[in-house]
Amino acid sequence: MTPLPVSIGGIVASLVLLGVVFELIRSRKLRERYALLWLVTGVALLALSAWRDGLNTLADWAGVDSYPPAVLFAIGLLFIIVVLLHYSTVISRLADQNAILAQRLALLEAAVEERTQKPSG
Amino acid sequence: MAESLATADAARLDPRLTALRRIAIVPAHNEESSVADVVRGIVGVDPGMNVVVVDDGSHDRTGTRAREAGAHVVRLPFNLGIGGAVQTGFRYALEEGYQLAVRLDGDGQHDPRELWKLVAPILADDADIVVGSRFAGSGAYRPPLARSVGIRLFARLVSLLVGRRVTDTTSGFQALSRRAITLFAGDYPHDYPEVEAIVMVFRHRLRLVEVPVAMRERAAGSSSITRFGSIVYASKVLLALFVGLFRRNVTPLEEDS
Repeated sequence: MTPLPVSIGGIVASLVLLGVVFELIRSRKLRERYALLWLVTGVALLALSAWRDGLNTLADWAGVDSYPPAVLFAIGLLFIIVVLLHYSTVISRLADQNAILAQRLALLEAAVEERTQKPSG
Repeated sequence: MAESLATADAARLDPRLTALRRIAIVPAHNEESSVADVVRGIVGVDPGMNVVVVDDGSHDRTGTRAREAGAHVVRLPFNLGIGGAVQTGFRYALEEGYQLAVRLDGDGQHDPRELWKLVAPILADDADIVVGSRFAGSGAYRPPLARSVGIRLFARLVSLLVGRRVTDTTSGFQALSRRAITLFAGDYPHDYPEVEAIVMVFRHRLRLVEVPVAMRERAAGSSSITRFGSIVYASKVLLALFVGLFRRNVTPLEEDS
């Protein structure tokens, strides 16, 4: 059986996560699109912390009989990996777009310069 | 059709319209086969209306076709999505001093001959934004079941949020006053923007009017919404609507001079 303090700790931690994500969206520091994964993570952890029988059942299935909260950690870790991987793809896209913007700007600058120099030269 | 042409003639003579600097904003992503017809269709009903096509990072000849058809073209260096593309159009309209804007999709599903229905409430100063609704009237538009459920769900939800019946929250066929252009040029929702934009309109105390329009089948291309995308889309919009309830963005827009 999951120790009660672990359950309570898990509930508090996931509520804090959900609260922080909510406030970040509200203050427009986090776009909804990128908040979805965090919210799913928070809700999953909250559900597993609060629903202790469910966690025990999951632990049984996974063959973890010594310490059921280990399943909680494993699932938390899995979600964090998914979020990180998602952000890696987001950063890659941003890097590509940044390069395109820099090239566009440089070409534009060159075109403007050539145009302004032509009459005098 | 005869009737819509008759209204077209009537509105063409409307001096309240011809007195305004007016622009059509057409977001287009890979619509080379339909965008030129859309541009010609708009100029055909109102030769005094300028057209700006926002080419949202197309990989085909969308921009060239639009320019050949006589439109101003703003080419985005990469795909921003419909929200970013449309807001580019609003910024263009604001900076170029347009007093009235209409918005039509580049795929040809909005019939330019119905523009008169959309601009009429703005000319009468009854509205700041007019939305062409596919469900307000007797339109024969029947979307696929899943999409229909989504569209209706959002209509219910938005009606509840704003305290007034709204029948179509996902229509991209709209007309906007200078005040609405100013609002959206400054702040427009990301990704799939229409639902949140409708709620914004009410939050900022602008006046919204729906008019029934018929919806044509897409002339070409495919919808930007995929099956998996639509689930993420719905979740994202629901989240945005929910969080929006806790924002203090009720500041009414300053009167435009």
